[in-house]
Amino acid sequence: MPRLTIDGKEVEVPEGTNLIEAARVAGVEVPHYCYHPALSVAGQCRLCMVDVEKAPRPTIACNTPAADGMVVRTDTERVRETRRSIMEFHLINHPLDCPVCDQAGECWLQIYYMRHGLYEPRMVDDKVRKPKAVPLGPHVILDAERCILCSRCVRFCDEITGTGELGIFHRGDHSEIGLFPGRVLDNPYSGNVVDICPVGALTDRDFRFQVRVWYLDTARSVCPGCARGCNIEVHVNRRRPHHAGGRRVARLKPRFNADVNKWWMCDEGRYGFGFVDDPDRLTVPARRQGDEPVPVAWEEALGALTAALRRPAERVAVIASPKMPNEDLFALRRLVEVLGVRQVGFRVPPAAPGYEDDLLIRADKNPNTRGAELIGLDGDVAAILAAARAGQVDTLWVFDHDLLASGWPETDVARALTAAETLVFTGTNANRTSARAHLVLPAAAWVERDGTFTNFEGRVQRFRSAVDPLGEARPTWRIIGDALAALGAPAGASRAEHWFRALAAAVPAFAGLTYQALGDTGLLVRAPAEAVS
Amino acid sequence: MTGERVLTRRFDRPDSHTLAAYRETGGYRAWEKARSMEPAAITEEVKKANLRGLGGAGFPTGVKWSFVPRGHTGPVYLVVNADEGEPGTFKDRYLLERDPHALIEGMLITARAIRSQTAFVYIRGEYVEPWRRFSAAVREAYQAGYLGNGGLEVVIHRGAGAYICGEETGLLSSLEGKKGWPKIKPPFPAVRGAFGQPTIVNNVETLCCVPPIIERGGEWFAGLGTKTQGGTRIYSVSGRVHRPGIYEAPVSVTLRQLIEMAGGVSGTGRLKAVVPGGSSAAILRADEIDVTMDVDGLRGVGSMAGSAGVIVMDESVSIPEALLVVARFYAHESCGQCTPCRESTGWIYKMVERIVAGHGRKEDLDTILDVARRGAGTTICAFYDGAVGPYISYIEKFRDEFAALIKTSPEMAPAEPALERT
Repeated sequence: MPRLTIDGKEVEVPEGTNLIEAARVAGVEVPHYCYHPALSVAGQCRLCMVDVEKAPRPTIACNTPAADGMVVRTDTERVRETRRSIMEFHLINHPLDCPVCDQAGECWLQIYYMRHGLYEPRMVDDKVRKPKAVPLGPHVILDAERCILCSRCVRFCDEITGTGELGIFHRGDHSEIGLFPGRVLDNPYSGNVVDICPVGALTDRDFRFQVRVWYLDTARSVCPGCARGCNIEVHVNRRRPHHAGGRRVARLKPRFNADVNKWWMCDEGRYGFGFVDDPDRLTVPARRQGDEPVPVAWEEALGALTAALRRPAERVAVIASPKMPNEDLFALRRLVEVLGVRQVGFRVPPAAPGYEDDLLIRADKNPNTRGAELIGLDGDVAAILAAARAGQVDTLWVFDHDLLASGWPETDVARALTAAETLVFTGTNANRTSARAHLVLPAAAWVERDGTFTNFEGRVQRFRSAVDPLGEARPTWRIIGDALAALGAPAGASRAEHWFRALAAAVPAFAGLTYQALGDTGLLVRAPAEAVS
Repeated sequence: MTGERVLTRRFDRPDSHTLAAYRETGGYRAWEKARSMEPAAITEEVKKANLRGLGGAGFPTGVKWSFVPRGHTGPVYLVVNADEGEPGTFKDRYLLERDPHALIEGMLITARAIRSQTAFVYIRGEYVEPWRRFSAAVREAYQAGYLGNGGLEVVIHRGAGAYICGEETGLLSSLEGKKGWPKIKPPFPAVRGAFGQPTIVNNVETLCCVPPIIERGGEWFAGLGTKTQGGTRIYSVSGRVHRPGIYEAPVSVTLRQLIEMAGGVSGTGRLKAVVPGGSSAAILRADEIDVTMDVDGLRGVGSMAGSAGVIVMDESVSIPEALLVVARFYAHESCGQCTPCRESTGWIYKMVERIVAGHGRKEDLDTILDVARRGAGTTICAFYDGAVGPYISYIEKFRDEFAALIKTSPEMAPAEPALERT
């Protein structure tokens, strides 16, 4: 492992580490545009110049491997002057349209100009005109004038997705990013090019013009779109509620996790948050009177729920959901144990098999199937529905699922739902199953609460509350806890974290895990053998 | 100036491009000799000859060959740079048209020296006749058994007109079917070049020097030139001379002698300036032409031998207009990969254009010089350094001419008195 000195700080880095990464280890920032740790080295932006002892002139850090005994300086007058020059070159043809650019506020031209530029502009001639507002695909739009031709997006499509939609066309200062003829940037990961674009050239069609980034708040979270559990940031707009048509969740951004998703996330997950602010959200408890659901207070709804649960345990059934976080599932397990209910399951086949690939996307579109398995709610849902059809179920509590849109024949499911005397639905959004429910208990969405998911590899990962629950919706663990209290059992917990503590104490796979220990990148559950010992 | 013609000695025969004529004049004898030589001995002979790359960079050829990693087990490629694109240069075109077998023989010997089985010849797209002649010669060489038969295979590839594809790694990218972008170094082509394999890229004229070196010995070749560069080379002389064309001369020839060989200055008859080594070479004033035309001689006066394209300008030539042509060329041909080159070639062109159009500002000249100096040495390939040569030298050596244009421009008129508020 080479040991080298950067700005007077000695560091030891693995063989093959370049000087940008080595400087990072030394706590020294080397500004750069084209270099990205996930992509091949392009060496085009020329911003990452550093002084290496004995070299006649500054060299690019991205293509210089750290070597034993190397002495590197990033703070010489020569380096500072080079950075100023390179920043000027990057900006002479830039339109400087920050007031109408979505990147403003998180733009590396702005950031580096302030840190490393600050020269007096000298360009008085006409700038090069290029195409603007060019849709490249369903999610991404290009402003070629803002582009600094770092080629990150091109390399992403060549090297990460292997789809090769993008190229750089023309020459000199007329060079521009574009699609190859007949191609559309519609690969399942296209949104990532917006993240890695250091400037405002590639922006999100979904997010564009919705809200300025400086009004956004951030919460660390996990994508609920499939069993991978990509680490994300949820960006919410609480400070300008009149912007973005009242949408509170502005966008999702991938958050680096070396073991799960690296720098990336798929488009399905990235743009799949619309349900959170959708008009079909369930926001108040409701009881069916005749054909119409009538809003009721939570007390009345909980009273109706406990009455329905007090029926003979063999005539009560629960269909949990692999979309429910670990905390909710464990609270539910406590409840069915207290009630003695045996008819519990969570697996409902999807109407069509889910898409998957070998990068991130999993066929299982549920974030917590593994958690539900480990917590032990894995009963036969088909048998529950058959029992209901046979008139053996009085109370059927369904979480999240739209059973009528599942892989089972709709008529069979409809008969089962009709046969239950009391159908209870708990979920975030209305669906055809909730429409038939006698009692609807609105649940908080994942961005409106804390919790954990266990991904397909058994990695338990935290997500954090970003906004308050919409309307009167409540976290599902709280709804279940209130039912437990009403039934005279210990309510257990007043925070999601308490339920997780109880889960860790009761389920061996989770033993020893705490919110604190999970941190930002999660931990694996214990292997079965380990859990037994 | 007279001297022995080495590279152009067959040019006067109308059938010089045929195999028959080539053999009659001693062709392929060097190859016969080289076949019995160890590869390392060939390289040694070329090193002894002080042969330096004649495409522009002037790198010692034998040294370049010895960079191929020893013990490499995969293929090694020889790539012939026939993308002659440096403005003012037209020597390779004559070699391809009039002595194509000399190139093939040079390739055969070089391929043996670097243990290559496959040679790619990248010919400039506009060179239609050279391509026809060379292709015909390759067919003849296959039929005669010099090529193929388990020996060297030759692939001819035609370029599509980009200047940057004459830069050795830009050429390799283009050859690989990619956009002609120079590659980041290291790795150098001799270690990882075409298709990821060790590759030696040599200019046409460089390779044409190899057969005579093998036949008559490195010492003889070295003796033709200076202490640090052997041989003769072909100078392309153009511009304001009475007999523009190609002239072979030892590299120790002076610029003054070359101009005389080309019939002397035409136009007004009074010399103003000369570009000695293709458009990327710094311009020389009329009082700087007693310089030898070898790599080190021209380096000594702050210019370069480059591709030996000599462009002569008489007193009637406007240097700002000449720079405009050059600046337009570099702005048009910058590949756009590295930011400093991409942006400043266009910027400088706009400034020069404005000055020539009579809208110059007093700070323009210093801005051009500053921008050029700031970008120099910061890019992947030598293209931008090549553009900086003319930017700086034209302005520094003929600043008065530029200043005169700026002095008369309306931008320099006194500012209108500010309107008074009423």
